[in-house]
Amino acid sequence: MTVIQKKADNPIAHLTPEDIEQLGIELDAIRQDIVDSRGASDAAYIRRMIKTQRSIELGSRAVLLFSIFPPAWLVGTAGLSVSKILDNMEIGHNILHGQWDWMRDPKIHSTTWDWDMASPAEQWKHSHNEIHHNFTNVVGKDNDLGYGIMRVDEDQRWSPFHLGQPVWCFINAMFFEYGIAAYDLDLGAVIKKKQTKDPDFQRRAKEVLGKIRKQVTKDYVAHPLLSLPTGSFLPTLAANFTANTVRNLWTNSIILCGHFPEGVETFEKRSIEGETKGDWYVRQMLGAANISGSKAMHVMSGNLSHQIEHHLFPDLPSNRYAEIAPKVQALFDKYELTYLTRPLAPQVYSAWHKVVRLSLPNGLLATTTKRNLPRQLKALYKMTTGSKRERRAIQAGLTREARQQEQQLAA
Amino acid sequence: MESSLRTRARQLAEAVTTPLVPADFLDLFAPLRAGAELRGRIEEVRPETRDAATLVIRPGADWAGHVPGQYVRIGVDVDGVRQWRAYSLTHGPRADRRIAVTVKAVPDGLVSHHLVHDMAPGTLVHLEQAAGEFVLPPTGGRFLFVTAGSGITPVIGMLRNLFPSTDEGVLRPGRSAAYDVVVVHVAPSRPDSIFLRDLEALDAAGAITLVARYDDVHGVLDVDDLPALVPDVAERRTFACGPAGLLDALERFHADKGLELFTEQFRSSRVEPGDGGTVTFGNGQTLTADGAVPILEAAENAGVLMPSGCRMGICFSCVLPMTEGSVRDLRNGQITTAVPGESGAIKIQTCISAAAGACHLDHPQKG
Repeated sequence: MTVIQKKADNPIAHLTPEDIEQLGIELDAIRQDIVDSRGASDAAYIRRMIKTQRSIELGSRAVLLFSIFPPAWLVGTAGLSVSKILDNMEIGHNILHGQWDWMRDPKIHSTTWDWDMASPAEQWKHSHNEIHHNFTNVVGKDNDLGYGIMRVDEDQRWSPFHLGQPVWCFINAMFFEYGIAAYDLDLGAVIKKKQTKDPDFQRRAKEVLGKIRKQVTKDYVAHPLLSLPTGSFLPTLAANFTANTVRNLWTNSIILCGHFPEGVETFEKRSIEGETKGDWYVRQMLGAANISGSKAMHVMSGNLSHQIEHHLFPDLPSNRYAEIAPKVQALFDKYELTYLTRPLAPQVYSAWHKVVRLSLPNGLLATTTKRNLPRQLKALYKMTTGSKRERRAIQAGLTREARQQEQQLAA
Repeated sequence: MESSLRTRARQLAEAVTTPLVPADFLDLFAPLRAGAELRGRIEEVRPETRDAATLVIRPGADWAGHVPGQYVRIGVDVDGVRQWRAYSLTHGPRADRRIAVTVKAVPDGLVSHHLVHDMAPGTLVHLEQAAGEFVLPPTGGRFLFVTAGSGITPVIGMLRNLFPSTDEGVLRPGRSAAYDVVVVHVAPSRPDSIFLRDLEALDAAGAITLVARYDDVHGVLDVDDLPALVPDVAERRTFACGPAGLLDALERFHADKGLELFTEQFRSSRVEPGDGGTVTFGNGQTLTADGAVPILEAAENAGVLMPSGCRMGICFSCVLPMTEGSVRDLRNGQITTAVPGESGAIKIQTCISAAAGACHLDHPQKG
């Protein structure tokens, strides 16, 4: 991927400012339809979802009191995994987006909700709702592009650190909730800028640590202790760790599918200066990818399988995304844009493929053949160990070579 | 010892449910238990007339009871949106500990229509404890009730408690002997109302004296005619419930004559939403805001330190509770109105909302 403005075949070049304005008006109308028809059945949906999640959690925790018995361990762990995924995705993520604020229920409200997650709701809302949803896929502004530890776009500069990014990505996936908490704290940048003494940072860090302490106490101390009478302390601890890991891997996969698959567009910082509402809509349309699948898949993904619809209308109730998806897709067709949707497996593969591909400098893989492998490895070694200047020089060579190769192929 | 054990148990329960609280799980099974947020279950919806119904509610275990004449605030979801309204309890304390309110579907009454026509038995509603100073003194005495329209409801609660009606007719228990009651009831015409029939039955049984005044028969009531209708008005304490105009007239009349008056008014007068208006913050600071400018921007221009985020209505970082007034959503023109005592404070997104009349925001910070 390359930011859209540098592409030879810029996919929005055919749209006039009038087209984009009209597109915005049509999208506003789709939103208004849902706002006008929000009602009792939607309210019943989220309440039923919350009730279901709590019942599953309660049932699973009860079964895990006897987790010394393998069938109980399996059932309890599976149930708890599902419960944690529902809590984080269809319930927590969407309530914290303000999707249910219109009900004026003080308990189901973006300002009062908290979730089974290391990241405190307040901090997540800032980094996610305010930064990521506003500056979606703008290189240098949207930190979700690689979470500050990965290179997921050609226009993000390669450094030797990125060689390990398939590993970083996997570790991040395993411990995703802590990764997100560190990310919401902007931990990497704070350490780099030596701002760890900043009182605001310290306050926020204290909040995160407090939340983590409670979460860890619950899953790894309190519940295992409750299971002690049946000799199930360790099995329960293992079950909770497993459920947290399953939840982490699942949510990470869904998130990767939202913005990282091949074909998702990225944007230059400069391009959003003076951006109109229509421009913003176009950026959201091209900056996200959907996952096709069953109803159960949609619910388990928190309807982030409708990532495109979610990015266009982050505050509409998630249960309505499926309903507007055909209308949104029709607009893509009408304005000759690509609606990027694939089943889960190819979408996850595509995202991981990009993570692996971009762990290497731009053009390196494309210009490598069996014959020149030793030379390419040597170049990579030099880029890894050499100075920034050497790195730049070798990169320039690789880019040139890749371009020539492309031209030859085209000819 | 016991209390420290209980504290431990509570701490453990909190540790195993965080970030939820134990109540979140208990609510799945026993929403009406002691210690729960106060709720009630609608057990019966009894139609009274074409557009009125009595709702019999089983309140949660923590319901503290009421004195006849008091009202209860009920929170009910209409089209998925929580709405609060106050209704008089139209009876004395009941042996089965249930409570009842009688609701008339008023024109354009979102909540009253829902309660009368769409409420299914079994539904849970939110409750607040009974409240209101509009109650009879326990010592008895001579009283005048002036009621207009639905202002009759709190009075019915008091009278039914004083003089219970049974199959054998109206009872006049000894405890009620000390109460001498005249009711002046005002309405546009003789209404099709269970409460009026109650009053007429009480009057026929000699328990009270009813003076019914219908605009179409007797002309509009002039408060200065009260001494003609109730000759001993000066010896009575007056309780009045009705629209603001009537209450204002009664206040003047009683102030002139140096008489005692207790009043109750349910619906505060509504203000039609306008275009632009004033925004008042919790600390009393007030600014004038244009109808085309988001409140966030108007407030910042006036030097108020405001919470903010995306400034386009998607991130919900800027929400502040509006305790009173109306705002207009600049994206689609939709009006949101907060009425004290009815809607409660409504959290609004200041970045896409413009003032539509005078509104009050709960935001103590000053720039």
